[in-house]
Amino acid sequence: MADPAVLKQLRDTLRGLETGGFRRRPSLPFGIEAIDSRLADGGFRLDALHEVAAGTSDMADDCAATLFLAGIAARAWGPVLWVVRRRDLFAPGLAQSGLDPKRLIYAEAKDDAELLAIMEEGLRHRGLGAVIGEARRADMTATRRLQLAAEGGRTIALLLKRAAREGSDPIGMPSAAVTRWRVTCAPSAPLPVAGVGRPRWRLELARQKGGEGFETIVEACDATGRCALPSPVADRKAVAGGTARRRAA
Amino acid sequence: MLSPVEAPLHQAASRLGPPPRSGEELKPLVTSLRNGSRIEIAAACPAAQALGLRPGMAVTQARAQVPGLDIRPADPEGDLASLESLAILAARRWSPVVAVSGTEGLMLDLSGTAHLFGGEEGMARRIVTLLARAGFAARIAIADTPGAAWALARFQGNCICPPGEQARALDDLPTPALRIDAAAVELLRRLGIDRIGQLAALPRAPLVRRFGAATVLRLDQALGRVAEPLAPVIPPEAIAVRQRFAEPIATAEAIEHWLGVLTPRLAAALEAEGLGVQALECIAERVDGVPQRIRIGLARPNRNGAHLLRLLKRRIQDVEPGYGIDAITLHVRRAAMLGPEPAIERLDEEAAPDLATLVDTLATRIGPAAMWRMRPVESDVPERSLMRAPVLDPPARGALRAKLDDVRQLDRNPPLPPWHPGWPRPARLLARPERLDHVMAELPDHAPRRFTWRGRAHQVIHADGPERIQGEWWKRDAERMSVRDYFRVEDETGRRYWLFRSGDGERAVTGDLSWYLHGVFG
Repeated sequence: MADPAVLKQLRDTLRGLETGGFRRRPSLPFGIEAIDSRLADGGFRLDALHEVAAGTSDMADDCAATLFLAGIAARAWGPVLWVVRRRDLFAPGLAQSGLDPKRLIYAEAKDDAELLAIMEEGLRHRGLGAVIGEARRADMTATRRLQLAAEGGRTIALLLKRAAREGSDPIGMPSAAVTRWRVTCAPSAPLPVAGVGRPRWRLELARQKGGEGFETIVEACDATGRCALPSPVADRKAVAGGTARRRAA
Repeated sequence: MLSPVEAPLHQAASRLGPPPRSGEELKPLVTSLRNGSRIEIAAACPAAQALGLRPGMAVTQARAQVPGLDIRPADPEGDLASLESLAILAARRWSPVVAVSGTEGLMLDLSGTAHLFGGEEGMARRIVTLLARAGFAARIAIADTPGAAWALARFQGNCICPPGEQARALDDLPTPALRIDAAAVELLRRLGIDRIGQLAALPRAPLVRRFGAATVLRLDQALGRVAEPLAPVIPPEAIAVRQRFAEPIATAEAIEHWLGVLTPRLAAALEAEGLGVQALECIAERVDGVPQRIRIGLARPNRNGAHLLRLLKRRIQDVEPGYGIDAITLHVRRAAMLGPEPAIERLDEEAAPDLATLVDTLATRIGPAAMWRMRPVESDVPERSLMRAPVLDPPARGALRAKLDDVRQLDRNPPLPPWHPGWPRPARLLARPERLDHVMAELPDHAPRRFTWRGRAHQVIHADGPERIQGEWWKRDAERMSVRDYFRVEDETGRRYWLFRSGDGERAVTGDLSWYLHGVFG
């Protein structure tokens, strides 16, 4: 059994080799210890490509992935470029996930090739906090290009991957992304009264570079774009914390 | 032969639009100007002059004299600026040497240009017609010397003085026509000299001693004994840089190389003028005479050579070189003032680059119409609650400052966010609400128990609502009674949808109780 300290040192050396000795890697944490500690970079690496896909082809799961991305972009710095294929994003909904409409710039691409090219321009510009794209087909070459464009900057590259064909797994394709996530709707937080509680997602980290995947249930982004872990106590009293947390949301 | 044209212009009429059509009731019009403590008439229209109003009269007197007089403030700087632009127009159109004379006249040097416009008389007629169409009343005199033309245009009217005849033509004109100062005119009048002919007949030596050299100089200039140079206006020239090739080029690499040579030259030319380019056209002249054009537009004035080159390079593929390209020219089609660029103030951190360069880059790829921001609009109807806006310079909302005595000043609450944060809104909104089938719901205000959307049945577990949204009856008459009741529902797998029922469930006029899906929450 290898010594964990030695392993960590070896990992650091390897990471240093990968990026030409550049060690400091700013990343954007979730702010949730249980998740951040299982991510190789302690959060979303700023200068890297991350892929997010909906768990199923249903539009609700697609929207969950959308809001997950909006929450990450909301916590990033500076303006955000969202490259869309359809004009169905609803700005008030994104604003409720913390993404201020003043920060968000939309661009519409005709096809996936154009979308990836626009994303690359946005990443190379260096003045954006995040660049988000919605693509069906992005192969190893395309994602590698995005990853290279993102390196050296402070822009998070986020790719919302949709299934190229009905039933195919968008995350399963080879890709240069650092992390690959799958988001699925889950039943919302139970309320003591009738109504819809805080939405929850099943968040699955399918792959990550230098780390293991995992799966967990999180509560959806609040008005500042932060996710939360659901309380482990299922049936505690409403006064104990549920209402306070909702008020904070 | 020097043949200046002098055209005094009645500017009072000019700035107030084109001349009114005949038959319209003309109100006498004057412009007023403050002169010390007194407000006097700066200019008067012909109708006002017929009533006895003259420039220099007190406005109060004019008002008492003519009831219902139309008095507007004069704008001397604006007049001068428009005269300047007219001079530039004349310099481009009629003669290369055009000078502004005083506050109301233009001097055109017609040497060698009159024959292009049908002789001196024909040219004068064309100029008067053209100016009349633009709303200027003009008088034109053509003479050998600027002084004579000045005098004839102002004191005689439209006339053409034959070559060498200016002494005879000026003979009968009063002495102020010589452009001499008022004190000298007054002194001459006291001495009994009223006309130029009398002045010209006097012995010169005593004249210089008595009145100074200036008066005699003006006389000599008018009679052509002393040359009088004009100070011409120089029309601004469009900036262009051009490169010819000894051998025609045909490859993309060669074009790229020469664009790389041209853009720094263009940047230097722009910097010398203090301009930034907004629209740039690159014309590649082909051997067979078919020009190849690349047009690029910039979101903000820019003169960064590297940025311009990057934008041009992307479009090289649009150039069809054919048998080769003889020359490449970069034309600035639209430019705006751009001051010196500020240095980065903070050295400890990198400043965020300007978004305008990104907008330019993307606009050359996908067009400016494919990029936008969303701007909130005050409307409760979801699809009308936002509007597309240009990417740069988002207009500041709530720019209207409340007045000091406005009662809302007492409200210390922070301004409301553009969209209400308490009402849940979906992440994606369908372009058109989609009709739901097999909906089972209790009336009047219960959420559906189950529904079918796009062929899939959903069982509703939790629901929130209704959120009632009324039609905007104050804007649209057709929505006078319409009502939508929105519900947020969650199905058995945790998927959350935004449904609405058209109608309030009690009155049939508000809607037909059909159910729609409008958006999807994550």
